Amino acid sequence: MLSFLGVRPIAFAAGLAFALMALIGGFSTIGAMVSEPEKPTAEHEFHLAPREADFSFNGVTGTFDERQMQRGFQVFKEVCSACHSLKLVAFRDLQGIGYSEAEVKAIASQWAIETPAPNPETGELATRKNLPSDRFPAPFANEIAARAANNNAVPPDLSLMAKARHHGPEYIYSLLTGYRNQVGFKNKDGQELLREFPEAKTPAGLHFNPYFPTLNLAMTPPLTSNGQVQYTDGTAPTVDNMARDVAAFLTWTAEPKLQVRHQAGWAAAIFLLIFCGLAWGAYQNVWRGVKH
Amino acid sequence: MSFPWAKHYEPKHPLMKWVDDRLPLPRFVYNAVGAGYPVPRNLNYFWNFGVLAGASLMIQIVTGIVLAMHYSTDANTAFLSVEGIMRDVNAGWFLRYAHANGASMFLAVVYIHIGRGLYYGSYKPPREMVWLLGVVIFLLIMATAFMGYVLPWGQMSFWGAQVITGFFSALPLVGESIRVWLLGGYAPDAAALNRFFSLHYLMPFVIAGVIILHIWALHIPGSNNPTGVEVKDEQDTVPFHPYYTAKDGFGLGVFLLIFAGFIFFQPNLLGHPDNYIPANPLSTPAHIVPEWYFLPFYAILKSFTIDFIMPAKLWGVLAMFGSILLLFFLPWLDTSPVRSANYRPVYRWFLVALLVDVLVLGYVGGAEPRAGVILLGQLASAYYFLHFLVILPIVSAMERPRPLPNSITEAVLHKEGGTSPAQTAMHGGALAPAE
Repeated sequence: MLSFLGVRPIAFAAGLAFALMALIGGFSTIGAMVSEPEKPTAEHEFHLAPREADFSFNGVTGTFDERQMQRGFQVFKEVCSACHSLKLVAFRDLQGIGYSEAEVKAIASQWAIETPAPNPETGELATRKNLPSDRFPAPFANEIAARAANNNAVPPDLSLMAKARHHGPEYIYSLLTGYRNQVGFKNKDGQELLREFPEAKTPAGLHFNPYFPTLNLAMTPPLTSNGQVQYTDGTAPTVDNMARDVAAFLTWTAEPKLQVRHQAGWAAAIFLLIFCGLAWGAYQNVWRGVKH
Repeated sequence: MSFPWAKHYEPKHPLMKWVDDRLPLPRFVYNAVGAGYPVPRNLNYFWNFGVLAGASLMIQIVTGIVLAMHYSTDANTAFLSVEGIMRDVNAGWFLRYAHANGASMFLAVVYIHIGRGLYYGSYKPPREMVWLLGVVIFLLIMATAFMGYVLPWGQMSFWGAQVITGFFSALPLVGESIRVWLLGGYAPDAAALNRFFSLHYLMPFVIAGVIILHIWALHIPGSNNPTGVEVKDEQDTVPFHPYYTAKDGFGLGVFLLIFAGFIFFQPNLLGHPDNYIPANPLSTPAHIVPEWYFLPFYAILKSFTIDFIMPAKLWGVLAMFGSILLLFFLPWLDTSPVRSANYRPVYRWFLVALLVDVLVLGYVGGAEPRAGVILLGQLASAYYFLHFLVILPIVSAMERPRPLPNSITEAVLHKEGGTSPAQTAMHGGALAPAE
């Protein structure tokens, strides 16, 4: 009968085996679901998606706001850089957010951490003042030193953070402003975390933050009070603004060519639209009078 | 080479004549993609996608060769070299985003091209060889895309390589040895990265070679068309150039416009954020997912959850490879003499169901593996095999096709005139096999 239908018996048998196997799997899954409903987890019920934030670089015409970038850099310099490295970015890159060559030189040479380099006279391991061509030096010499100083957690490099998380800029902004008191924390359904999941209590040394995937992270709340960083451009240094500005700055460190990319995109789009128009005209011209 | 009325190459310039006498390369091109190749006059926009796939390959080769000039094939520096391309190489960000999104565009175009072949029966006699070579190209593209995704050496690169090469360890007895041999170690590391780069550079040229065979095989019977009715005489065709070069030019413009939209405005939409984290063998990502174009096959792999005679993992691996290898048998599983699903009232709805099924598999492949999702994936996987191995042969045997037009020209003229081709058509069952 199978050969009547034109089916190769071996192929038929193999395929049917897969189909049957998948069906067996399907029915056993149904069985498992009926007998044992899925257990909700604290992460699943209480994790929050990043808050919406309106950044100047969003959208197809987005650009970096230089003043915001400089404020964000200030926050990075005075707060984040104590623990986090920024190893893909060089001091000279700061000219991309509006600093002059002289300012970059000053920032580099005054940076709190020096660049490791052998002593030019003796060859012994030493450090020297940063040059504009140097990348930002890491605050810890190596991973072991980072762990030792941070309760066994390594502060991640921030260069690509805005691209290494879903909705990166919003995530950074939400995380920095998202520390909460775990006691009494409720989700939007009104469930209370510690009542539903008493075992999810934040362990000692970690900090509760519902924007973090596991709800608890090692980083102590870095931005704790308004005015922690003294802005010089008149912007109010609220925690919200500081978080927003540093999120914007880290978007620039992750994607420094964003502005160039958007501009090139418009040029390319206009060029291609003209190309499409001409190609469409040629197509219509060639096919004129030919029914198809 | 296909039809007696095909135009012949006649070099006018003495230099071209001189060349043609000694190396008839211009003649070869003229007959392949020039005025010497007669093509059915009724092709729709779905027939643009072959040329677009070729253009995609060219874009990948050109951008890839330049990227390779700046890339470092070393597990310690690969990630940094990619970021160096993004930051310090002139227009490096453009090259890399074009190459990364180019892979997605290539696969998208290839999927539409395959879908076109499925719907219009382009795999049926006398074009089986075109189809078989196409499936070979598809497999080569998948392998190339996978190895390319490993090269930036981010978290998804590393763990993707770990998972995919882990397939081989499912084979009984020799599996683990094969995996170690393929990777050059117990886990993806320097050795694996080097050989993946070497093969990633080689494969596109192999693909180009098989594409030449694919086009060669196509030019023996000539192109299929939306009616599926064979070309009968000269008025059914137009020369490829200028008719389809002009149409493909427009298609290419639209393709590039969409491509540019991704490169310039959403370059990371189709990627995964975890790949901006350097590879770390000690930290497994919470959720390892392949690129979007592998998701349906990944869903089939994950659908096998219980050991039944063989380990579940082996079932999954065999089913996943089987789901693609199945396509090799398609010309013989579909026994209907009618090519175009336009004239197959039952089969076309099963094709729509298959499309939905593959989209569901794609969703399942990317979703978190909760029980409901796994179940959905299992049912969709089962349906995928049922479609090709049970539904297709039965429908082919039982279905009563709609009447076919007598010729391409008749179909075209009736469409223009607004009447149905059925009025003058003969019965589909009496369709003569291809000449």
